[in-house]
Amino acid sequence: MKIDKNTTLKIARLARIKINNNEIADYSKQLSNIIDWVQQLNEVNTDQIEPLKKIVEIPATFKGDEPELKDYSQDILENAPEKIENYFVVPKVVE
Amino acid sequence: MNNLIDGKTGKWEIIIGLEIHAQILSNSKLFSNSSTKFGLKPNTQVSLVDAAMPGMLPVINEFCIKQAVKTGLGLKAKINKYSVFDRKNYFYADLPQGYQISQYKNPIVGSGEIQIDLPEGKSKSIGITRLHLEQDAGKSLHDQHPEKTYVDLNRSGIALMEIVSEPDLRSSDEVALYIQKIRSIMRYLGTCDGNMQEGSLRADINVSVRKPNEHLGTRCEIKNLNSIKFIKQAIEFESRRQIKIIEEGGQIEQNTMLFDSNTGTTRPMRNKEEAHDYRYFPDPDLQPIIINEEFIKNLSESMPELPDQKKQRYINEYSLSTYDASLITSDFDTAVFFEKVLKVSSHSMKNPKLVCNWIISELYGYLKKNDINIHKSPITPDNLSKMIGLIIEGKISGKIAKNIFEEMFYSKKDPTDIIKEKKLEQISDEGSLKNIINQVLEKNTEKVLQYKSGKDRLLGFFVGEVMKLTDGKANPSIVNKLLKEKINK
Repeated sequence: MKIDKNTTLKIARLARIKINNNEIADYSKQLSNIIDWVQQLNEVNTDQIEPLKKIVEIPATFKGDEPELKDYSQDILENAPEKIENYFVVPKVVE
Repeated sequence: MNNLIDGKTGKWEIIIGLEIHAQILSNSKLFSNSSTKFGLKPNTQVSLVDAAMPGMLPVINEFCIKQAVKTGLGLKAKINKYSVFDRKNYFYADLPQGYQISQYKNPIVGSGEIQIDLPEGKSKSIGITRLHLEQDAGKSLHDQHPEKTYVDLNRSGIALMEIVSEPDLRSSDEVALYIQKIRSIMRYLGTCDGNMQEGSLRADINVSVRKPNEHLGTRCEIKNLNSIKFIKQAIEFESRRQIKIIEEGGQIEQNTMLFDSNTGTTRPMRNKEEAHDYRYFPDPDLQPIIINEEFIKNLSESMPELPDQKKQRYINEYSLSTYDASLITSDFDTAVFFEKVLKVSSHSMKNPKLVCNWIISELYGYLKKNDINIHKSPITPDNLSKMIGLIIEGKISGKIAKNIFEEMFYSKKDPTDIIKEKKLEQISDEGSLKNIINQVLEKNTEKVLQYKSGKDRLLGFFVGEVMKLTDGKANPSIVNKLLKEKINK
């Protein structure tokens, strides 16, 4: 599959990676090669095969419903770039 | 019900499907031991698992699995013995993991259906596509600061059930009935408290429009509505918006919409990313949930009577009308209250229709006016039952009962005490009533003559006068009888 210039630019934008104009052709070729290589997988017929979800399928184990009433807020808020009255404070994320 | 609405180019049909997010009632979170209590100090119910500290691993809360399966049984849905947790990846400040643990290809509950009760005793079946389990996100407060958002992770990781409906709904009224029914079922089961104000029940609404019998139109999804009133407004506005665009020759763009409750309008959410891809994959930290027949059987044996069954029983056993039965069974606490009143005395047991009327017309009114939940009703089932007994025994009239009811509501007193204190007991003694009747007739000799000459309507006047003299306490049927005997002599 051929990845064209525009697709490469779009992928770069989504990935927030800055590329120069003179790099576009090279990256397009590399990406095309990667896709072609992975596409070898399509040669295998998997029509009747369920996707593998786990390497070892053992049922999940469960825990009970008793709450642990421990307040970790001081530890956790240590990681906050900014905090006020026990809230994490972040730049406004709504329009 | 004809649900078509008029546009400039003819009739339109609205097609609606819902995703309801219902918080599971449990003590601890879906994958951690943090408490699920509402309204505590911010970030004090956040374990190291909820905060997504490196190396922390989720462990499934079995009780939440049971709650989901129970809800599935309540929705007459297929329970999947094999289900898988997946990661849904997105980046947002209220999601510490950077992904939500959810279920994608293998949900715990498959397709089911519920009945909604339409007006005039009709009902309609609404398909349930699936129910899956997922983590709730934290809560963001956007209105505390002009440039900042405050984040509280207490809610983060609480178990949610996402209940997806088929696009079977055709009007905002049907949507309201559907939500009320799902809510009612979950409250009967004790799997979700259904409290929309506190956000334990929220809905995303998919709306599209089409000309009747044509292909489905492009849909828009209105996100995160938490009141039935807003949901109805949003559907009304959104369907009108779409019809206008199509009728003016435009096309509907598939979009995620926000509802603004101040203006009652919807608008598209700004798309931050060009490509939206949640990159779902099975969560490597969690093994598949495998449950067996016995697990399901134990839960189905523990199922309580559900709203539809209760309604049918009330119709059969208590001869309630379909309307009354569905009203009184729609809320679990009300049904419990009703049954308690019946059990207290044989009078109420023999007159369920009367009990039902007092609850629906009087008690509902007072509770609503004072914003009190029925399980905290100042009138206890005991006292209501006593009062109804007094009516049936002829000790008080229905009219006086209304006054006593009000007094009971505000003073929490026993109705027999109120009657004694205020001397409200009905006068049924013929001797004293005859005396009062004689007084009335003597005072109004002219009217008596008019009555005798054929003005039958005046009987009501005489009854009224007797009532005045007795402060409304005279037994009206005895007064009627005695009056007729006396005058027609």
